[in-house]
Amino acid sequence: MSDRERGQTEGRRKEDSEEQATEAVETEADLDALDDLLDEIDEVLEENAEEFVKNYVQKGGQ
Amino acid sequence: MALHKVLGTETEYGIVVRGDPGFNPAVASSLVVNSYPGERVKVQWSYEEESPGRDARGFGHDTYGLIDPEGAVVNSVLSNGARLYVDHAHPEYSGPETFDPLEAALYDKAGEVVMHRAAVAASEAAGRQVSLYKNNSDGKGNSYGAHENYLLSRETPFGDVIRYAMSFMVTRQVFTGAGKIGKENDRPDVDYQITQRADFFEEEVGLETTLKRPIINTRDEPHGDPSRYRRLHVIIGDANLSEYQNFLKLGSTALMLAALEDGAIPDPLDLADPVEACWQVSHDLALGRPLELDGGGTATALELQERYLEWLSKYAEKELDDPVWDQVIAEWERTLTLLSTDPDKLGDTLDWVAKKRLIEGYVARDDLQWGNNKLRALDLQYHDIDPNRGLYNRMAQRGSMRRLFTDEEIVDAVSTPPARTRAYFRGRCVSEYSGSLVAANWDSLVFDIGESHLKRVPMMEPLRGDAALVGALLDEAEDAADLLRLLEG
Repeated sequence: MSDRERGQTEGRRKEDSEEQATEAVETEADLDALDDLLDEIDEVLEENAEEFVKNYVQKGGQ
Repeated sequence: MALHKVLGTETEYGIVVRGDPGFNPAVASSLVVNSYPGERVKVQWSYEEESPGRDARGFGHDTYGLIDPEGAVVNSVLSNGARLYVDHAHPEYSGPETFDPLEAALYDKAGEVVMHRAAVAASEAAGRQVSLYKNNSDGKGNSYGAHENYLLSRETPFGDVIRYAMSFMVTRQVFTGAGKIGKENDRPDVDYQITQRADFFEEEVGLETTLKRPIINTRDEPHGDPSRYRRLHVIIGDANLSEYQNFLKLGSTALMLAALEDGAIPDPLDLADPVEACWQVSHDLALGRPLELDGGGTATALELQERYLEWLSKYAEKELDDPVWDQVIAEWERTLTLLSTDPDKLGDTLDWVAKKRLIEGYVARDDLQWGNNKLRALDLQYHDIDPNRGLYNRMAQRGSMRRLFTDEEIVDAVSTPPARTRAYFRGRCVSEYSGSLVAANWDSLVFDIGESHLKRVPMMEPLRGDAALVGALLDEAEDAADLLRLLEG
């Protein structure tokens, strides 16, 4: 492998690891966002889930 | 050249009266429709032009001459050209005829606002909270529909529609589904599946819509000149809350049908067993299940969709000028690519992925099983159309869902009709001549202008009655009698 090729490979590796790092940050941000979302949803979720699900009956549809 | 694909949606909403588990759904639905505070005319819906019992295959006959009188009582036409009524045990919004899939998705979304306003008013009237859900299953074996309608030429042999659209309808489920916990209708067990409706499809072709549901519905009721038009009544779809998803569903299907009419689908891609494939696609969250092909061999739903995309991209480029089709193709390509590489990235676009990510979040955080009632409640609540309680709505408000429309555009579509179809004429007549409008149908309006006979205005051409044709007349007319004189002149 020539120096130039080696340099390119290393360059790619660097890009790859940067990409992975970016993805890791994004994933972490995604998870934080999901946690926030679940916290928000906790506030509005049906209080009595069991009864709500039991009573949700929809007959006579197409 | 294929007939212009005028299209629209019709959605039956799930209904709950809080604190009254024994409520009568027909009565509650009537209350919702009657309470709607927006601009509308309560009309007699004239059924003589309707024939849901007529079969497109030609051998049917009119068996539904007597429509349920309960359904006929509560009927109204809105100033956006839509119909708001009670279909048996559900309030239903049938959007106006629209010119393209963007507009169809917009007016479908406007239906959620209409229903929410109606539910708020009904709750006040009843002294109890009435909640509405834009979904298609109660999780207990009962399904209710979200149908799509597309204008076809009468010259298109219905056999071709059956042959060429079947595999498309089955495989498009990967991007049309709204997601659901569990199975129904005796299908195999599953934690979660892509669609709400797939488990309920039991026939390839048929006239029924409430039992033994067929993948291709043969109802031959064109709502227009029957010598020129067909209307394809698509019943194998989920109600979508996601704006982009609804646009993609309507756009890809309209494009497929246009190409079908132009003979531009080279291969029907026949599945060996479309009915089995229907639930198999829906149950396959990994999107890799091979489906058996009729001529031997297998392909996944995604692979078949990629074939359609390839053909229809070429077709659209060659035959269609309107940039809306470029937008359909771009969204379709993006969706199929992400479905095959990283489906979770579509959590901001597809209802089934968005809801799955929410449920997975709860499973991980609270260590719950998929059948847990809290998760089943969450599954239902995703579809609650209340802006505060509905989980889709909460996600959209915090920017977690891609939006195609602004809130203002949607609210405007609640009261203003689309400009490029006959719905324009209908909507403006509701706004301006409500006192004279006594009966309506998709293809006619009936006026009482104080003479001995009622006056019927036929609207047998879906694209006539648009703003370009009748806008000036409507601006000029002083009252309904004047309008009718101008129309005759």
